[in-house]
Amino acid sequence: MIRRAVRYLDRRAGMAPALKKALRYVFPDHWSFLLGEVAMYAFFVLVATGVYLTLFFEDSTAPTHYHGPYKPLDGMEMSHAYRSAVDLSFSVKAGLLMRQTHHWAADVFIAAIVLHLIRILCTGAFRKPRELTYYIGVTMLLLALLEGYLGYSLVDDLLSGMGLAIGYSVALSLPFIGPNFAALVWGGPFPGSGAFWSRMYIAHVLILPILIGGLLLTHLALVAARHHTQFRESPRHTERRVVGVPTFPGYAPRSLGLACAVAAVLFLLGWLVQINPIWLWGPYHIGSSTNGAQPDWYLGWLIGALRLVPGFDVVIGHYTVIPNPFWGGALFPLLVFGALYLWPRLERRLSGDYAFHNLVERPRDNPLRTAAASAFLTWVALVFVAGSADRVAVYFGLSYVGQIWFYRVFIWVGPAIAFFIAKRVCEELVAGEHAEKVRKAAEERAKAVFEQA
Amino acid sequence: MRRLFDWLVAMIVLLLGRRRRKPPEVEERIVPHAPPDRRAETVLIFLFTVSAVCAGGFIAVVALDRIGNQTPYLGLSLGLSLAFLAAALVLLAKRLVVTEEIDEPYTPVEHPVEQAELDELIAESGERFTRKRLVTMAGAGAVGTLGLALAAPLVSLGPVFDLESFATTPWRRGRLLVGEDGRPLHADEIEEGTFYTAYAAHADREQLGSPLVLVRLPLSELHLPSPRERWAPQGILAYSKICTHAGCAISLYRYPLYPEAEPRPALVCPCHYSTFDPATGGTVIFGPAGRPLPQLPLAVGSRGVLRAAGNFSGPVGPSWSGVRDHKPSSPA
Repeated sequence: MIRRAVRYLDRRAGMAPALKKALRYVFPDHWSFLLGEVAMYAFFVLVATGVYLTLFFEDSTAPTHYHGPYKPLDGMEMSHAYRSAVDLSFSVKAGLLMRQTHHWAADVFIAAIVLHLIRILCTGAFRKPRELTYYIGVTMLLLALLEGYLGYSLVDDLLSGMGLAIGYSVALSLPFIGPNFAALVWGGPFPGSGAFWSRMYIAHVLILPILIGGLLLTHLALVAARHHTQFRESPRHTERRVVGVPTFPGYAPRSLGLACAVAAVLFLLGWLVQINPIWLWGPYHIGSSTNGAQPDWYLGWLIGALRLVPGFDVVIGHYTVIPNPFWGGALFPLLVFGALYLWPRLERRLSGDYAFHNLVERPRDNPLRTAAASAFLTWVALVFVAGSADRVAVYFGLSYVGQIWFYRVFIWVGPAIAFFIAKRVCEELVAGEHAEKVRKAAEERAKAVFEQA
Repeated sequence: MRRLFDWLVAMIVLLLGRRRRKPPEVEERIVPHAPPDRRAETVLIFLFTVSAVCAGGFIAVVALDRIGNQTPYLGLSLGLSLAFLAAALVLLAKRLVVTEEIDEPYTPVEHPVEQAELDELIAESGERFTRKRLVTMAGAGAVGTLGLALAAPLVSLGPVFDLESFATTPWRRGRLLVGEDGRPLHADEIEEGTFYTAYAAHADREQLGSPLVLVRLPLSELHLPSPRERWAPQGILAYSKICTHAGCAISLYRYPLYPEAEPRPALVCPCHYSTFDPATGGTVIFGPAGRPLPQLPLAVGSRGVLRAAGNFSGPVGPSWSGVRDHKPSSPA
């Protein structure tokens, strides 16, 4: 039967050589290489659960009234979008499971991308000839953030409505073109025209997923074209030969096992751990908001940045040039992604290393890069943590104002400290390895001398 | 897709493996020989079976309407089915398939011959042109302009050049204030120490200009900038409820129960904690907002109902370039 299938495919599509090559493609093995795969499998779960949700969700902000099993909302005025999201949580079979799994999958998807990115940054896997793969990866992260934001905004609950108001304010704050741009996207001043919801919906369920999917395929094709990188684990692992487990029979069951494990974890989370209970937030109205508002984790760095900027607009005479949300909501992410996009070029320029690399470095092997990456990540992480200062104020009684002033200084001091610590740790680790090598050699020699005597 | 196919192939191999006759021994194998492991095989079959049972359980729960509150059973059965399948595949990978380590050369860094051929191909193809630059520019101009033309209809997405609508509010002199329940608000309902939400009567509530936050302060504590001395009758102050930083609704009123800790009452936005002083005309005392909260002049009408005495002191909602040059306007 296998024999017949192979013959059939080869005679129709001439696929035997390509298939043979694909099945014997070599996968170097290291636990950190799985992070990207976790992201990919989370994306598959997102598509699968998302398709199910689209069958029930209504992308309209036209007002309606809720009548259903959840009594606290009974008779309340809300949009069709919110009502259908509540209905699919309570009245559609497996609806709540799918919605929660979808939400968890989005959080895990972006977390896996970020960890994967950190791995790539700290091991130098982005170097020539893999810059394109890297740029595409960073672009996918950007699109994934936007996709996640649109996804939870669509529901039109109180929390997401506030998120949209903030997004609108950031768009409006773009110098000079802000109001024109916001009017274009929203179809008028906030909350915008009814068409805005259709725009978000089509972007969330079609345009962005297709872009991410297309970039994912390109990403994988580029990885395959140049083969995976590998660590120098043995003398066999060189710049010229890649060592690892072939797709078939060794690697395929492992990877599929990982796929099932990712899906299992996501569905178990969707079952066991409540996430975004929209019925508790209530419907969004422009004049309402909830206290202690926190977005999904992957937007924490932006809310932190918006909160840290001191209160000023750039005003010349009586003319407002740059409104405040621009700094935290637009410039900060621009700088972060700018740094990510420029990293490979900058490193090449600064280190003078223009060579091809198939071997990746352990973080300690390149202390300067690891230190720079640590400083950069600490900067973003501190801004992220600053976004939760209000929760810290509630739970630990620390002054909110005091915390904000602390972070306003520490987001600049912290990275410098991280830089020196990381550099020193790397250097000490390398020195320790060297000392170990010297010790072993000396012991060997002593042993030899002893045996002679 | 490829992995899916591989997996299918693997499954088929496993299912048929028992019945197929041993292939004749060939001298050079692709995959090295390894001894069978019957125990691992038994466990594998068990794991597949349990996974199937769990998946069947999921179908059963969906099919049975009598089970109320299905989510726990659905999540458990589906999650466990996937988990057992994952365990089976990991066992398959670790104990049952041959995991050989092989190596192969990395792809060559570049292909100089093909590169030269491509250069030549393009150079020779363009030989007939005498004014290459001009032709290229003309071509790029045509394609670029066509691209712009195709993008031009996008301006109909929104009122891209109409910026007056950003400063329009439903308020005008005499407009009634209504509460969340739609009833007119009376001056004597407004107490000190708490805040009230009000909307413009007979107007769309879902626009940035409509919602107000109302507080009452002792007249002696008011320090409103001129000419707002008469804007707060009986000490009742009305501000736009929309934060001038990022457009969230102000829903925290910091009222000093302990004057030593918090010296004065303040309106706070829960999104980024912009803090406004209602006593001094909505000035920013902390947080990222760059503009005071717009104040609405109030008047107490007959039988104590609250009415607007004009429009806001400044544009409502988040700022944009040139926001201070706009005066709030009432709809025509």
